[in-house]
Amino acid sequence: MKELSVSELGKRILQLIVSLFILLCVTFVIGRVLPADPVGAIVGELADPATLAAMRSKLGLDLPLYQQFFVYLTGLVHGDFGNAILTGNPVAADMKLAFPATLELATLAVIISTFLGVPLGLIAALFRDTFIDKFIRVIALVGHSIPVFWFGIVGLVIFYAGLNWAGGPGRVDVFYEGMVTPQTGLLLVDSLLQGETEIFWNALSHIILPALILAYAAMAYITRMTRSFTLEQLNQDYVIAARAKGVRPMRTLTGHILPNIAVQLITVLAISYGGLLEGAVVTEIVFSWPGIGQYMTNALMIGDMNAVLAGTIIIGFVFMLLNFLADVAYALLDPRTREATI
Amino acid sequence: MPALDQSPVISVRDLNVRFAQSTLHAVSNVSFHIGRERVGIVGESGSGKSTTGRALMRLLPPSAVVTAERMDFGGAPLLSRTERQMGALRGKDMALIMQDPRYSLNPLLPIGKQVAEAATLHLALKGKAAYDQARAMLERVRIDNPERVMKLYPHQISGGMGQRVMIAMMLIARPKLVIADEPTSALDVSVRRDVLVLLDELVRENNSGLLLISHDIRMVAAFCERILVMYAGRVVETLTKLEDAEHPYTRGLIAALPDPRHRVKRLKVLDRKAINAELAQ
Amino acid sequence: MSDAVHTDILVRPPGIASRLAASFRTALRKLGHEPLGLAGFVILALLCLVAIFAPLLAPFDPITQDLGNALQAPSWTHMAGTDEFGRDILSRLIYGTRITIQTVLSVSVIVGPLGLIIGVVAGYFGGRTDALLMRATDIVLSFPSLILALAFAAALGAGLNTAIIAISLTGWPPIARLARAEALVVRNTDYVAAARLYGASPLRILFRYIAPMCIPSVIVRLTLNMAGIILTAASLGFLGLGAQPPAPEWGAMISSGRKFMLDNWWVAVMPGLAILITSLAFNIAGDALRDILDPRHARS
Repeated sequence: MKELSVSELGKRILQLIVSLFILLCVTFVIGRVLPADPVGAIVGELADPATLAAMRSKLGLDLPLYQQFFVYLTGLVHGDFGNAILTGNPVAADMKLAFPATLELATLAVIISTFLGVPLGLIAALFRDTFIDKFIRVIALVGHSIPVFWFGIVGLVIFYAGLNWAGGPGRVDVFYEGMVTPQTGLLLVDSLLQGETEIFWNALSHIILPALILAYAAMAYITRMTRSFTLEQLNQDYVIAARAKGVRPMRTLTGHILPNIAVQLITVLAISYGGLLEGAVVTEIVFSWPGIGQYMTNALMIGDMNAVLAGTIIIGFVFMLLNFLADVAYALLDPRTREATI
Repeated sequence: MPALDQSPVISVRDLNVRFAQSTLHAVSNVSFHIGRERVGIVGESGSGKSTTGRALMRLLPPSAVVTAERMDFGGAPLLSRTERQMGALRGKDMALIMQDPRYSLNPLLPIGKQVAEAATLHLALKGKAAYDQARAMLERVRIDNPERVMKLYPHQISGGMGQRVMIAMMLIARPKLVIADEPTSALDVSVRRDVLVLLDELVRENNSGLLLISHDIRMVAAFCERILVMYAGRVVETLTKLEDAEHPYTRGLIAALPDPRHRVKRLKVLDRKAINAELAQ
Repeated sequence: MSDAVHTDILVRPPGIASRLAASFRTALRKLGHEPLGLAGFVILALLCLVAIFAPLLAPFDPITQDLGNALQAPSWTHMAGTDEFGRDILSRLIYGTRITIQTVLSVSVIVGPLGLIIGVVAGYFGGRTDALLMRATDIVLSFPSLILALAFAAALGAGLNTAIIAISLTGWPPIARLARAEALVVRNTDYVAAARLYGASPLRILFRYIAPMCIPSVIVRLTLNMAGIILTAASLGFLGLGAQPPAPEWGAMISSGRKFMLDNWWVAVMPGLAILITSLAFNIAGDALRDILDPRHARS
């Protein structure tokens, strides 16, 4: 572990803030500048003239563009994402409920894909060019090329409708809805915290299929990169030296090679997590998963720009945060960036 | 005092190494034996000297095809052993010292841990005992303040110190055969002699055999009792003294060395045509 | 001492055409050793042919409805079955290749030159220009591309062209990075130095000397990207943001087929298979291309 100097950390935080700012500019342009009728996009085409007029003045559409932007920014800072057309609620409130659902799904998927993907990549590298390697690479390649939402549809039909192995759409059976009070918003965690083991198992059966499907798509990237990193290391002198020293193959892998690729893997994981969030957005509607994805998709259908942009900002921010954390982790964990002292 | 074991450490006859994609032999019909003595292999890049060294430890990449009429270590054949059996030999009875400690030490592990690992593997020591043994070995290779060095990372120490660490790590189990592959080529000239002297000392102390591989014929001649000269995968000559050189290649190598006592206007260049012709015979 | 200045050799960059021809020959030879890569290219070639000759190949019209024939299972007449409007799915898939190829090519044609220019300018001029451009590239790289494409398409209204622009907006950073890396290497070569001494303007150097050297790796990268573009386009189509009905866009077909999944699985499954096969082919071909064209890239 090396200490990150304040200036290095500061530089990175600054970049994060600038990126976020630019994201907000982009969403502003998308929301206000691009559409022919920004107001209609927010309150819906069928709203009455009074609502339209009220929204027009609230948005300050008669103001010059940069002032509009300022109004927009101050609104966001106060957590005001506008109101949703469908529910009439503030989008921020809807997001508070929807975001944890997506978070839970994406997190479980990333955990599964890591614990499957990394070992598979290691094995593929060790048994390079053998049947095992080729088999793993084909599986990874298919995962890389498959449309996740389609795979979700197929999976749902086979494993739920057909085999009844997995729970169906939604986070729990309709029977259990609303029985667990949201503490963290993560149903698996909340149900355990409140001692509702039956609900826990039910929730698990519902989340496992979408999580596995998302994990398969993400696993492809993780496996490929792990294999590539490991192969790089296998040619290095220190690996040969370790073998010459008599270190057994398994121990070489865990004790010597894995630490050397760990840092690169963290970046891979961060990118995968971001990709999983995006994948979840498209796939949630297939599983009727009440997360940001379904929220945004429904909003799209009715042209509710507020909701769509709010989702864009939130996911965009999480994306950037992940990149930032991966960057910082990289700088912290690699001791080679220290100066030679002797 | 019991008589020192004088049996040959390793005995090789007609060693051939070929890499999968090519029909050219990297090592061609090489034969030698090493007893409790210091043997050197001299050659230019591509002569096959490093490949020979690695072949002995069976550390070549899987694409290499290694055959030999005989390759015996301590009397028992090496080529027929499984990878597992080889793993038991490596580090314990046979050791390899590599060229550049910046790359041959694991960059992410502290020095102490890496040396202690060798102690754990071969001396059945754990935890603190392994560390103590590691410290003792680091002292033996003349590193000052070993306690401090053990906490450092490979990129924080100098090349000379790194090679001493390498030597400590590989010789901690007193292996019978030490293969040193260009051990000083990556070091400052001023440090080279010290490292070699140290290696020499340890090898004599353990009554082991040393195979010193280098492109520096003078250095090899100074430290080894026997010299094998390799060219294009073959052993072209075996010498005990530089003056005895007869083969045109060896004589060419020696003639190319600058000697302050015999000044010349131009250093001689190898006449490869003649050498290749001689080899083709 | 030699007085002759061989201007031809020094100043003219190595003939691009002859270099390309030579590498093409070696490429074909190497491809012969890679059955999988060859298969990828073959499939891609077939796809292009299908797209071009769609009217000749499709057994039925992709748009005319025939409600009496709705939701027929796959048979010899309708090899992929029919959808809820009685349209032959196979014919729709065949015409759909046109949309797919059009999308992929359009995005590549936008993203390639854009990324190339940005990267080459950044790499050649260095200093502040480089820092600024790379900072911008990094920022765009940290945006979630699918989500932004979604928002963009939502704002501008659904349609194939909007989708293409939306995907292109966030697709250029990897190309820019790559081009910059290559430019950094090329700008130090002798013939570029000679061109500078000879008085060539920076613009001329950029376009005649540096950019052409970056093209091979950019092409490889674009091919690898194409698989991702197909998936992104399909996602947009699935959400209703791509080519609008009755156009036979594969993603949209999956969306409308979803309702019938339980009893008439082929309506949703067939387009998905088409997407899978196409994306797979691009991935395999891209991998093979990379192994062939870039000797530095270890055969991994």
